[in-house]
Amino acid sequence: MKSSSLYLRRRIKNVVALGLSSVATLIGLIFLAWILWETLRQGIGAINWNLFSKISVYRENGGLANAMVGSLILDLLGIAIATPIGVLAGTWLAEYANRTKLGETIRFLNDILLSAPSIVLGLFVYTIVVLPTTALTHGDTTFSGLAGGIALALIALPVIVRTTDEMLRLVPSTLREAALSLGIPQWKLTLQILIRASRSGIITGVLLALARISGETAPLLFTAYSNQFWSTDLNAPMANAPMAIFQYAMSPYDSWNAIAWAGAFVVTLFVLALSLAARAILLRNKVRHD
Amino acid sequence: MQANEAAAAVPIQEVRAHRDARDDRLFGWLLKGCALLVLASLLGAAGATLWGGRDAFMHFGFGFLTSSEWNPSDDVYGALVPVFGTLITSFIALFIAVPVSFGIALYLSEVAPPWLRTPVSSAIELLAGIPSIIYGMWGLFVFAPFFADHVKPWLTSYLGNQPDDGKVSWVAEHIPFIGRMFGNDNPFGGSVLTAGVVLAIMIIPFISSVMREVFQTVPTRLKESAYALGSSTWEVVWDIVLPYTRSAVIGGIFLGLGRALGETMAVTFIIGNKMKLSPSLLDPGASIASTIANQFGEAAGLQKSALMALAFLLFVVTFIVLMIARLMLRRLAHKEGR
Repeated sequence: MKSSSLYLRRRIKNVVALGLSSVATLIGLIFLAWILWETLRQGIGAINWNLFSKISVYRENGGLANAMVGSLILDLLGIAIATPIGVLAGTWLAEYANRTKLGETIRFLNDILLSAPSIVLGLFVYTIVVLPTTALTHGDTTFSGLAGGIALALIALPVIVRTTDEMLRLVPSTLREAALSLGIPQWKLTLQILIRASRSGIITGVLLALARISGETAPLLFTAYSNQFWSTDLNAPMANAPMAIFQYAMSPYDSWNAIAWAGAFVVTLFVLALSLAARAILLRNKVRHD
Repeated sequence: MQANEAAAAVPIQEVRAHRDARDDRLFGWLLKGCALLVLASLLGAAGATLWGGRDAFMHFGFGFLTSSEWNPSDDVYGALVPVFGTLITSFIALFIAVPVSFGIALYLSEVAPPWLRTPVSSAIELLAGIPSIIYGMWGLFVFAPFFADHVKPWLTSYLGNQPDDGKVSWVAEHIPFIGRMFGNDNPFGGSVLTAGVVLAIMIIPFISSVMREVFQTVPTRLKESAYALGSSTWEVVWDIVLPYTRSAVIGGIFLGLGRALGETMAVTFIIGNKMKLSPSLLDPGASIASTIANQFGEAAGLQKSALMALAFLLFVVTFIVLMIARLMLRRLAHKEGR
């Protein structure tokens, strides 16, 4: 009798625990669906031609045209700065400093930079770019698109370093040996063979970095700031979608909030499409290799 | 002509070898320089915020950490309210996210039918891809009102010390702190608790994906041995999988904590941004990041310095938490001989 009741207790415990795990998964999925559904519902309703054709100075009759163009410029600037630096740094970690002390340390710190608070990185760029330009121009130039691009580059950098590092370490060493035995110098081997061999992985990293920075708001608060007018001047405050959404959302008027929702919908769509594309590239490559 | 070329052939090879060696050296330096930029940006972020906050640190000394007064009109600044807000929201987030993430990892690695695993795990990972400003808007416009209408009345009447009908519940009366934690008269949804819940949703994908990944590293023969001895699935997970992956699981939790501590926009939207210390989780508060985001634009002088000092504190705490996380995660990797 005793042993059978023990068995029953164990079975009940098992069923309850596994049942709770399904509930936990359901909770996660419900929140995902809830957030996406609200963004879709409120966003689609507010999308109109003004959103893409007017600038934010017109308030409730305005749109996010300047903010979207500004965001595009800032994101591309950030990626343009971070990609060469990140790819070269990742290459150094994988090819030159793998298993050295300095290499291990930098790999470790890069992982920390990956989840470091973005608002502190924003303040860092504020200190090294915005404050000096303010001092040099006697206050004519304060916030700037350039500072925003640098701040976004700092967020993108660790993503690109990490994927490059990981992808290069997947390249079989026979490829390196074959090239070196032909007398090719190492820099040529690295640039023309190794990076080319892991190209699609590196592109995935760049896309993921782009997805990451295109939704970032905190580092732009004190660097690119925001601009209600058309401006493509990198030395002036530059409009960007996250900041415009933030300002529209914080206003007390429903008509302004609606524009924020429409912007939120567009940004979410953009970010999710990018990360899906990155995943697809990675998946296609995996299938081809297998 | 012919003789000349033959004579020059050897030097040309030498010249080429020399050139290649030089180019390799230059290329190595270039790469190393780029890698050192990673180091420089971390040191720079710490240095810049410490330098920016030096006035506040020198002016208030250690009292900066223990004072709860934040008063721009008197130029007096203490970090206690935002520090407390950051810690309490992150703690609430962990309190919710750790069991849920563990459940998700357990479901995906042991319970779900194989064909369901990839779509469900991709969906959970999608949560990590949603920008934080979207979480903020959803929290402010959707979740906080929902919470105020449906969850808060329940919490105040069953757990709080100031229920609407005046009848204090048994729990609030007999368990210390609970009553004060849930007692308030703030009519808005935005509060420390709602900010913590939204943070929990944001960090669930990070914690659960780490847990799921490390659960899969457990050697199959270990699990099979336990099954052969008659263990149930739950017993295998609790007694075999979890002990084997303990350090990495803790690492994953710290990774989530690091994310929660530094999260800015979502919290700024929801927490209410009130610089006042309150024992109630249903009252609005402020976190370090939300305080900086709200005030830095208009701040000058000592206030700006105090905000920089706050950023330095945040950076140091997050750095330590993330360092512990990475060290713990690394321990399992070493165990596997990677």
